Order: sequence, then structure tokens, then C-alpha cells
Amino acid sequence: MDAIILQILNGLDKGSAYALIALGLTLIFGTLGVVNFAHGALFMLGAFCAVTVQRILSLSYSVLDETKKDFLGNPLKVDTHYIEAWFGPEIGASIIDWSVPLAILFSIPVMIAVGFIMERGLIKHFYKRPHADQILVTFGLAIVLQEIIKAYFGANPIPTPAPALFTGSFDFGVLIGFAENAITYPIWRLVYFIFALLVIAAVFAFLQFTTFGMVVRAGMADRETVGLLGINIDKRFTIMFAIAACVAGVAGVMYTPINSPNYHMGMDFLVLSFVVVVVGGMGSLPGAVLAGFMLGILEAFASMNEIKQFIPGIDQIIIYLVAIIILLTRPRGLMGRKGVMEE
Amino acid sequence: MSKTNLTRRGLLKTGAGTGAALAMPTIFSGAAWAASHSGFTNAPGDSSVTLGFNVPQTGPYADEGNDELRAYLLAVEHLNGEGDGGMMSTFTSKSLDGTGILGRKVNYVTGDTQTKSDAARASAKSMIEKDGAIMISGGSSSGVAVAVQGLCQEAGVIFMAGLTHSNDTTGKDKKANGFRHFFNAYMSGAALAPVLEKTYGADRRAYHLTADYTWGWTQEESIVASTEAMGWQTVEKVRTPLAATDFSSYIAPVLNSGADVLVLNHYGGNMVNSLTNAVQFGLRDKQVNGKNFEIVVPLYSELMAKGAGKNIEGVFGSTNWSWKLQDPGTLAFVKSFGTKYGFPPSNAAQTCYAQTMLYADAVNRAGSFNPCAVVEALEGDSSSLPGIDSAANHGFVFDGLGNGQTMYRASDHQCFKDVLVMKGKSNPDNEYDALEIVEVTPVKQVWYEPDHPMFAGGDLGACNPGA
Repeated sequence: MDAIILQILNGLDKGSAYALIALGLTLIFGTLGVVNFAHGALFMLGAFCAVTVQRILSLSYSVLDETKKDFLGNPLKVDTHYIEAWFGPEIGASIIDWSVPLAILFSIPVMIAVGFIMERGLIKHFYKRPHADQILVTFGLAIVLQEIIKAYFGANPIPTPAPALFTGSFDFGVLIGFAENAITYPIWRLVYFIFALLVIAAVFAFLQFTTFGMVVRAGMADRETVGLLGINIDKRFTIMFAIAACVAGVAGVMYTPINSPNYHMGMDFLVLSFVVVVVGGMGSLPGAVLAGFMLGILEAFASMNEIKQFIPGIDQIIIYLVAIIILLTRPRGLMGRKGVMEE
Repeated sequence: MSKTNLTRRGLLKTGAGTGAALAMPTIFSGAAWAASHSGFTNAPGDSSVTLGFNVPQTGPYADEGNDELRAYLLAVEHLNGEGDGGMMSTFTSKSLDGTGILGRKVNYVTGDTQTKSDAARASAKSMIEKDGAIMISGGSSSGVAVAVQGLCQEAGVIFMAGLTHSNDTTGKDKKANGFRHFFNAYMSGAALAPVLEKTYGADRRAYHLTADYTWGWTQEESIVASTEAMGWQTVEKVRTPLAATDFSSYIAPVLNSGADVLVLNHYGGNMVNSLTNAVQFGLRDKQVNGKNFEIVVPLYSELMAKGAGKNIEGVFGSTNWSWKLQDPGTLAFVKSFGTKYGFPPSNAAQTCYAQTMLYADAVNRAGSFNPCAVVEALEGDSSSLPGIDSAANHGFVFDGLGNGQTMYRASDHQCFKDVLVMKGKSNPDNEYDALEIVEVTPVKQVWYEPDHPMFAGGDLGACNPGA
């Protein structure tokens, strides 16, 4: 039982990342009708916002220590962080320790700007082009973005730890009546799950309870009619693109303590997230969230030894297998609407 | 992309060449080879010779590939008489004098393997056919090394493997034209097991997570064999997809499996992520069976250790070489590399530098670029390593390239030398100081016979000089 609960937690955690990326993808597809293959790259850019903030906070000056030698036998250069010199070692170290949460504040304007520039500079020229053209141009953009990141940050993963307060694991089992240490789970992964729920709730609330959201929903349903009412729906859709980029970005920032970011991480999530969108139903926001968590949990269960012994290799194909079954039985996905991506 | 260019005529020529090579008496030495500078693939002209360096320049191992490339460029500089000469001054074979190889200036071309077998074969093929490369070297993945080694055998050029750790490279997939300086998975197991027993005891229960491809399989087999031989039990062996990025669903079952050691048969990004995930799940703070839970990473890379950050502290693993060694060869190489690039070389860089030097030296000793002459020179004579009683203990013995006394074994083209057991350092002085040397395991302890079951099934075959 404890193993099953652990895998449910793992599934919810994986599903959080899938749902956040799929949510952004669906927002863009539902509003602009663009299949954005660069969305994984936006997740990756968010993660590198965290790396950038960590590096900015860790800027340092070197002092030669004559008592120690470097690998060439020269006096060792000892680095001291400016922030520790300015605020004292303890406060400075604490600020660096909190670089990932601080990076969220940094990433929001950066990702909104990236989304705005991307939509106005490139994507808008492809609105009336076939989906194949959109896929090609956004996929090309994703490759360009990841190569830029690789050229600047290198190909290796860069450790970006969570604040010390959130490292280690939490005894989840005690909360639900299990023995001590029976079900322990990493604290940051729980933080990530709660964060994902909050972001998802905020996006839904924004669309549901604000005038802006109401107009956007109306535009998603019938763009022409909204336009005829004298509303500049294009402007609102551009803002929605920037918001979707921001959601992917903050998801990337928060993901960095889970796995050290590298330039390729966006691509790792992209294909799975598209499967999530298709399974959830093209253009359906609740479908994307539901499918994200469902496929995350199924993937976690498929990795269990008991399942793998019964069906070897199932962990590698489970998501695609489920996608095939769902699309055969419900061609529009779990919550897809008639008319979306259909002639 | 991997289609060979063998024609009927080429095949006949190759066959004739191979037959002639087999028929030659062993007395056929360098002087005799020197009589002919033609009749083999990409015979160089009188002024220059081209080497092909095939490393991952893009993809997840690009940083490691670029470090290998730095070492190759340094080796070319030294061979051409530029720079400080690096390990040429400490290498015990004294045929290299800074005038290139056999008096020809060394040029090079590079290829990008992308850490994909088909891309690596395509780039090696291009370097051989279009650029006239007479030797291909490179690595970072055993799957790639095995694929390129096979291509070089077919094409009739020498393959000097870079970083490749699978037993299969010089086991079931060994080829006469291929040579590996890097150590292998069996050697990692043989070196690590005694240290693990001394540190953690003989009564342990190990859980293996293994990358699902040739290197992972052979490492798992090697570590399981060596740890079970000292009394450890293996609780579970779980294969993980090479493309996996989040290992949480593979780590979670370890928590209540009864295991008290987790062995991560992962490399590169897989290793960084699985180790990070294992630490997140609190494995290193756990007590199981009355003992502290421990993690072992049998194959370490300095570059990947950087990526794992503090998670690597106290974790045991093994490497082929370390810039922290204090032998004259290492000191010369680290000074040369560090002065040029500003940071110490990785063990991938060292093996690539050594392979280039070993190839150049073999050509000079043979007096010919003919691959069969080079093979003969690298297989050496009756020289052997001291203290090892084996009929297979003969080959080319040398020293001064950073690993102490080393032998290229004639029977399988595997280098035998000391292996380093490393541990993640607690308070590193800088980002290059993530690992510390725990023990230099003597070569005798990592020796195995060529027909060892983990290496069985292959046939070295005859050298192929090509057309």
C-alpha cells in the first residue's frame, strides 16, 4: 500500500509539470490556433532564469590565497560573493540559498517579454499558414533557443538547489496513519505540486472571473463575432500568449531543484506534453490538466517493478499506449470539443 | 548513413591484403612495413597526414566531447613540435620528436557524433572518405564506440577509442583495427568491491538502477558479480530508459525494498538526475538493516560530478585517471592542458590525448601508416606486466602517459593499468575539485583473462588495411 501511495505522489508530481506545460500549450492553441512546438523551450528558458539569478547572486571577486595552491601550483584564487561582502556572510548566504524562489520574480517579466516578442515577432506571421508550417517554425525556434542556451551555459546540467528549508523529505505516511518513515516524500516535490495547483487555479480564475478572461473565452469560441463587436481580440490573444509563456517559465523555475536544468530539458517534456494535450482534447483547458495528472500517475505506476515484471518495457510506452486507446475510443480526447482542428 | 562502401574489387583487395597480412611471418617488423607507403586506405603523402577526431560536439555529452577535442588539439600541437610537448617528454617510448608522425605534419578533421550511433558512423565515414583520415578517435558512449569501431574495421583504418567503458568494446565486439586505452566495467567492479567491503562491510543488500543499453548492462553485470563475490546480496536489478529524466518512480520502490545500498549504473545526465532524485528522497539519511543507506556510482566523470553538486559528497565511484595524480606524466599533461585552457583536464581528455600519442608512436615505431603495421606495433612484443602470471600477459608495455606502467594487451587490444577509486569530496576548493582519490587499485587486481565470460563471444579477427 505504501508503494502505491508513493507512486500516486510521484504521478501527481510528474503530472504537475505535464499539466502546467500542457495548460500553456492549450491556451495558445485555443486562442491563437497555433501549434507551438517552442513551448518546451519556454519551460527551459524559465529554468535558466533560475540559473541566471543564481549566477547573478553568486557574482564574486577573487583574492589570492598564498597559503593554498591551485592545480598548476600557483596561489589559489579564493572567490568571495559580493552579496556576502555587502550584507555579511550569513545574510548573503541566505539570499543565495533562496535564489530559486527569487527567480520567480525575475522570470515573470522576462517570460512575459519573451512571449510578447515571440508572438509579435514571429508567430503572428504564421496565423493563416497551415499547421505544418506553424509546427516547423516553432520547432525551429525551439532548436535555436536551446542552442543559444547551450552556447552560453554549456551542455552539462547545472545544479540549482532548493532553499535549505525545503530540502530533505517529509514523513507523509504519519499524516495518513502509517508507521513512521513508511512513506517519506521530498519536500520540494510537494511544494512543486502545490505550486502547480495554485498556478492552474489562478489561470482558471483569471479566465472565469475577470472581464478580460470572459472576452478571451468568447474569442476562443467565436473569434469573428467578438471582433465584429469592436473588441481588439488580437491584442488580448497576444497577452494570453505572454501569459502562457509565463506559466511555462515559472513551471521551469520551480522544476530546477527537482532535476538540474540543461539546455535539452524542454524537448524532454515537449512530446509528452503534446500527447497530454491531445489526450485531454485539443483546446480544452480542463482536459489538459486532467490528462496531465492522469498520464503522470499512469507513468509512475508503469515504472513499478511488479508491473514491469508482468509487462517488460511498459514504463517506456505507457503514455503512448493510453493515448492510442483513448483516441480510438474518444477521437476528440477526454474533453475535446467538436470542431477543434477538424475540417 | 551506415551503408559501407565496399565494392567487389575493394573486397578482393581487402581480402588479399588481409590474407597477405595473415601469411606474414611475425618477424615482419617495422623496417619491412616501411618499404611500402601505399596499398592501404588513405595512405598519406610525403608532407602531411590527417587524423579524424569524432566526438560529441552537440547533444547532452557536448561538454565532455569538447574536453576530448581540446586534448586532441593539444596532442596535435605537441606532435607538430608546438607548445611544451606535454607527455611526450615523459612517455617511455621515445619515437616521438615533435616532427609530426613519420616526418609528416599532423592535420586533423573533426566530426560530431551527437552521441548517436548513426550520426557517429556518418561523420566517421565522411572523415575517412572525403577528408582522407587515416585514424579515427573519439568517444563518450559505448554504443557509438562499438558502431564506429565496426566501421573502421570495414574501411581499413585504425580506431583509437576515446571514452567507452562497456565490456563489449574489447569483448564481444572487439575488432583487430580497434584499440581501447580507457578502462572498462569489469575493472570498475574489481577496483570498487574491496573498497566498498572495507568501508561498508560484507553484509549488504544492493539495489541496482541501470541504464537500458550495452554499457549499463555490462556495468550492472560486472558490479553485481564483484559485490556478490564479497558477500553482498542483490535485491533487485531495474532497467531504466536511457531517455528518462525524472527517476522518482524508480527511486520510490527502493525506499521499502530492504536494500541498504543503491548502485546507480547511470552516466552523464542520467547519473546527475538519478543521484539528485535519490538524495531528494532522503536515501542518504536513511537507516536500513541497522546500517546507513549508501549510494554508489561505479563510473564517475568529473564533468558530471560538477552537475550533481553537493549530492555527490561521500559517494564512491571509479575513474580511468585523475588530474590529481602526481606522476611525472600527469604533472606534465595537467601543466600543458591547464596553461592552455585554464582548467584541469577530465579523464576523458587524458585518454584521448594518450590514444593520439600511442597511435603516433606506433606509426613511428612501425615505420609505416599501414594499419596492419600499426596493429602489430600496438600489440607489441613479448613484454609483460610484472606480477601477473598469465599466458595472455604480453603486449606493448609503456609508461609516462599518466597511468603508471600500462600494457596494450595483444589478445584483445585492451589497455591494462591501475584504476582509481574516487569519492565525492565534502568541501571542494573549486568546481574542479568535486572528486578525491581514495585508492589507486593496482593493475593486478583488475586483470582478467581474455576468455572471461563477461568478454566472451567476440573475435578480434585480422587487421584490415583497406584498399
